[in-house]
Amino acid sequence: MGGLQKKKYERGSVTNYITRNKARKKLQLSLPDFRRLCILKGIYPHEPKHKKKVNKGSTAPRTFYLLKDIRFLLHEPIVGKFREYKVFVRKLKKAYGKTEWSAVERLKENKPAYKLDHIVKERYPSFIDALRDIDDALCMSFLFSTFARTGKCHVQTIQLCRRLTVEWMNYVIASRSLRKVFISIKGIYYQAEVMGQLITWLVPYQFSHDHPTDVDYRVMATFTELYTTLLGFINFRLYHSLNLLYPPKLDIKAESELKEEDDEDYAMNSESYLEKLSALSTSLARVVSTEEEEEAELDKFPDEEEDLEKMEAREMEQKQQEAQKKLFEGLKIFLNREVPRESLAFLIRCFGGEVSWDKSVCIGSAYEVTDETITHQIVDRPNIDKQYINRYYIQPQWVFDCVNAKLLLPVEDYFLGVTLPPHLSPFVEEKEGDYVPPEKLKILALQRGEKPVQEEEEEEDDEEEEEDDEEEEEEDDEEVEEKSLKKMEEQRSQGKSLPVKVTPGKVKVDNPARLEQEEKAEEKRLAIMMMKKKEKYLYDKIMFGKKRTIRETNKLTAKRKAHDDAEKSKKKKTRK
Amino acid sequence: MEESSSSTRSGEQREKMKKVLEKTVKKRSKEEQEEQEDEIFNFNNKCTEEEEEEREENLSDSEDSVFSGLEDSGSDSADDEDEEEEGSDHNGAENDDEDLKIEEEEKKKMMGPVTEKKEDEYKQDSSDEEDIRNTVGNIPMEWYKDFPHIGYNLDGKKIYKPIRNKDELDEFLDKMEDPNYWRTVHDKQTGSDIVLSDEQVALVNRLQRGQFGDVDFNEYQPQVEFFSQDVMLHPVTNRPADKRSFIPSLIEKQKVSKLVHAIKMGWIKPRRTEDASRGRYYDLWANEDSSILAKHKMHLPAPKIPLPGHQESYNPPPEYLFTDEERALWEQQDASDRKLPFVPMRFSSLRQVPAFPRFLHERFERCLDLYLCPRQRKMRVNVNPEDLIPKLPKPRDLQPFPTTQSLVYRGHSGLVRSISVSPSGQWLASGSDDGSVRFWEVRSSRCMGTVQVGGAVKSIAWNPNPLLCLLAVAQGSVVLILSPSLADRQVVLSTERLLSGQQEAESTEEAGPVTWSDMEGEELSHGIRLKIQHPKAVHQVTWHAKGDYLASVMPDHSSHLQVFIHQVSRRRSQNPFRKNKGLVQCVSFHPVRPYFFVGTQRSVRIYNLVKQEMTKKLQANSKWISSMAVHPGGDHVICGSYDCRLSWFDLDLSTKPYKMLRHHKKAVRGVAHHRLYPLFASASDDGSVIVCHGTVYSDLLQNPLIVPVKVLRGHVITHDLGVLDVTFHPTQPWIFSSGADATIRLFT
Repeated sequence: MGGLQKKKYERGSVTNYITRNKARKKLQLSLPDFRRLCILKGIYPHEPKHKKKVNKGSTAPRTFYLLKDIRFLLHEPIVGKFREYKVFVRKLKKAYGKTEWSAVERLKENKPAYKLDHIVKERYPSFIDALRDIDDALCMSFLFSTFARTGKCHVQTIQLCRRLTVEWMNYVIASRSLRKVFISIKGIYYQAEVMGQLITWLVPYQFSHDHPTDVDYRVMATFTELYTTLLGFINFRLYHSLNLLYPPKLDIKAESELKEEDDEDYAMNSESYLEKLSALSTSLARVVSTEEEEEAELDKFPDEEEDLEKMEAREMEQKQQEAQKKLFEGLKIFLNREVPRESLAFLIRCFGGEVSWDKSVCIGSAYEVTDETITHQIVDRPNIDKQYINRYYIQPQWVFDCVNAKLLLPVEDYFLGVTLPPHLSPFVEEKEGDYVPPEKLKILALQRGEKPVQEEEEEEDDEEEEEDDEEEEEEDDEEVEEKSLKKMEEQRSQGKSLPVKVTPGKVKVDNPARLEQEEKAEEKRLAIMMMKKKEKYLYDKIMFGKKRTIRETNKLTAKRKAHDDAEKSKKKKTRK
Repeated sequence: MEESSSSTRSGEQREKMKKVLEKTVKKRSKEEQEEQEDEIFNFNNKCTEEEEEEREENLSDSEDSVFSGLEDSGSDSADDEDEEEEGSDHNGAENDDEDLKIEEEEKKKMMGPVTEKKEDEYKQDSSDEEDIRNTVGNIPMEWYKDFPHIGYNLDGKKIYKPIRNKDELDEFLDKMEDPNYWRTVHDKQTGSDIVLSDEQVALVNRLQRGQFGDVDFNEYQPQVEFFSQDVMLHPVTNRPADKRSFIPSLIEKQKVSKLVHAIKMGWIKPRRTEDASRGRYYDLWANEDSSILAKHKMHLPAPKIPLPGHQESYNPPPEYLFTDEERALWEQQDASDRKLPFVPMRFSSLRQVPAFPRFLHERFERCLDLYLCPRQRKMRVNVNPEDLIPKLPKPRDLQPFPTTQSLVYRGHSGLVRSISVSPSGQWLASGSDDGSVRFWEVRSSRCMGTVQVGGAVKSIAWNPNPLLCLLAVAQGSVVLILSPSLADRQVVLSTERLLSGQQEAESTEEAGPVTWSDMEGEELSHGIRLKIQHPKAVHQVTWHAKGDYLASVMPDHSSHLQVFIHQVSRRRSQNPFRKNKGLVQCVSFHPVRPYFFVGTQRSVRIYNLVKQEMTKKLQANSKWISSMAVHPGGDHVICGSYDCRLSWFDLDLSTKPYKMLRHHKKAVRGVAHHRLYPLFASASDDGSVIVCHGTVYSDLLQNPLIVPVKVLRGHVITHDLGVLDVTFHPTQPWIFSSGADATIRLFT
């Protein structure tokens, strides 16, 4: 038997993978640089199917990259820039060591810099791709824009993030594309629909961060670098899609109005424009200054007769959306000092409301508290001294709940000092069998245009309970029957000791429907026994999941019921 | 100089003398001093001509106050020092510097009147000669304290002190009354008071202000530039020019050439041009290329962050909040096990919501996920679970099969290991661990007879020949042949004939491992006719379909004596196997053909008894076979095993099981086929008997149809044992099962 001996691990899947260290050596980069490159280029490790084979027989934990990916990185111009930067740092250190200040200056002037435009283009070849991936970019930018201007990262980065986020918010206002908001304990979630893409971002509350030590800011900064570039290009494109100027300009009328105020005392000249933008109080200038463009009515194409229903549904949805866009139109809202101005101003402007605030809070307030035409004042304190009769004093949650409910909710529940109704997540879409909190049901009823009647609901609840009870009873019956049967059987078997006695038997009424049901259930059970192993596993898994949801639902309902009962009893006590 | 210093000393002396009086004035003066200080500072700051008059008055006061103030304070504060300079004429020197200054000043003051007088004196003497009227020199004047004179003049005559020394009172009166007091200076050397003229006072003021003494001196004369922009006719110096001033520098040249070289080589860049395109945004996607899009197909976008649920709300519905137990559980759990990464909280208003402490962590973790997590396309199975259930014929269409428990046979006190039904289907025999064999009438569940065999009955089998009424019972190492005489007379007679016919042949048999013996006496009256003694414990007995042959099993690892085939009519036994091929669990005869099935631990071997060779070996794919049953057609075998499986073999198809059924939760103890109906059943330790429909088609291309039709329960699990044996009624679709709870049950 001639021929060369086949060497192990030279064929097959092992040739497709490369370990991280090897990849690093191949690229001649240090680990931080390699990380940075991976982040920028969007290269992530791959898990081989047979780890041991790829790992050449060893079971040591290693991260594997696809060899193709690493080859792709080899031709990246940025790698060269990284190396240049390394050299630059070395030279700079040397110059410092020799105290050659002129050299230091010269080197600093020639600090190598790189652009990420081509990477963005490469990673997101189409605009929609980029838009789809913008969630993280927005979250990160909003986070960085809340950082203090000292310490953890460059001031320029923070400023850039702030600028981009302000631009984004202005775009969302201009396009009226916000759909949902949610105040969570982490921050405020917003969801906008831009060009058919649902984009969700999270804005932290405006507090200073106590920077944890176990977070690597270099990684975050690298991500931010990429994200700011991406966000900038997206903003540019989005602004142009709306015929807005980019970088954003305030509307000329509005600008002149703003200029009347003496804003020198508010901010430095260089910053004041961004501040004015971030006030979110004025509309933006358009390239072609036209009045509100009439939305072109979409022509209706009756494609197929089957789709008619769908079409109708879609139309309905569109109408609803249009209505939502004009939710706050005609309202004149004033924000008190203590409410988060930016988020509320953003919301109200997104849905066409007029909003203003105290002059000392921010630039760009349109009217004073004393304005008689104000319809709502948003207050987040237990009471307020001077109240105007012709306006509602409401808590900020009202705005958020209105947006999510897509209609103006009754203000009574949100008055000052009133215990607020629970704030529900608009992102939860309950499927059949999931738990639906009663508040959601109420809102759904309102959306359907029904009047909220509390008693009815209670009755419904009662009915449901009764049904449950019935079922339980049935089960109980069964059990009882079985028990009696068993007893009888025992007695029969021990017949010798039993005194022979004939008792009038009860007529057993067979419930044909029930019998049928039982039969079907048994049939199913037997069929399940005959399932193949694989399918059985899958089936069991699905059923387990279903059972778990049912269990959770039951648990939640039970908890709610207990809570409501406790509340009721408390109320009764107080009444007494 | 002498004079001045002496004067200071005399001053000191006087001051000491004045101490007593001064103390009385002290308080007043102190107050004054404080007032004065302010004013003095004012003067120092803005000394305008207009205020000069006022100042003169002030000065008079200040002199006095300084005088007294120095006495008690010892001039330890900076303010005092200032004052010293003000009224320096009387001050005792504290520091050397000050001393000098004061002396000079004093000298100048003295000079004032002197210059006036001695215009002529300058002509006689040198200008720096001092005015010497007292020749004692520069000595402390207190030395003359006790003398009437204070020194000697140039002629050597004594200079007498003024006749009446002023005391403090006089001084005070002077101060109060004399308008010139403030400008009166005491000359210690002559002991006389000198009243300063206006010019002298002005001089003192000027000096105090740090100005020149001479009024006419101009401090701000225009400077005459030595080196100016005007080209002079003559050089300033006569030094010849350096060579380096006209020869270009070599070092500079080297430096420049180095720089030029470096620039040429691209080592250093001559000031980078500010890249204008940096940070500028443009329409990046202006020309979207579909070819790139195609390349991008394999790209996996990162999954989005899951959207928040109601629990994350700042004001969630009350049912989402944690109870105390849930909270405790949450805290106990490892971070990776938690269902929620946070504790739901409720705040009554928006202003009370604090910052989320783990916000940065979560963002960072997301970053890590994005660049460190392997991504994989996960095919989400979107299956309706109902679709997974196989479509089987309905059990109702497969009737008849046993469905309900109709009779329970009670009487045994130990677990019933084995049951067997007579070929007529009228009688049921059962063997139990209590050492008895019972005969039951099937329809009435009456126990027709009990035979004590003196040990636990392992196995029992009714002769399948309907013309005989015989029962084989395995107990210990003995197989007993019983004739229960529970049949027609004819049948009993034929049985008798068979048993008695054997006796003649008996004598011819030589002694082997197995001995046959007739029973006598009491046992015979019970119906026990024959006793076949085996070398080891017998676990199973089974009859051939014809009813003449009987096989018994003695499981043993080490020997080849595991199976015996007995012929009842000739009372002969033989061991068909020469070799030990594994632990034999059960054996069975083929219902029609001369085949013999031997179930060992892992496999079933099929031997051809005529050719005396093995024809097939069936792999059961299970760990330990417990029981075996052959289909009445003889082409199918089912095997139950202790690892909960039931395997169906199609002998025409393969040696591997055609179907493995994992219906039972625990070990399968017994299996059975119905003789007439397409039914088979398995009994298990989980207390259930599962009846399945198993149609076998004569067409070889069609696979058998196996459908479970009923799960029968009734037996109570005792000592972890459930149903031990199961058997079908020979003619009816009924099934008997015996269990560890000492009962036998009939399901119809």
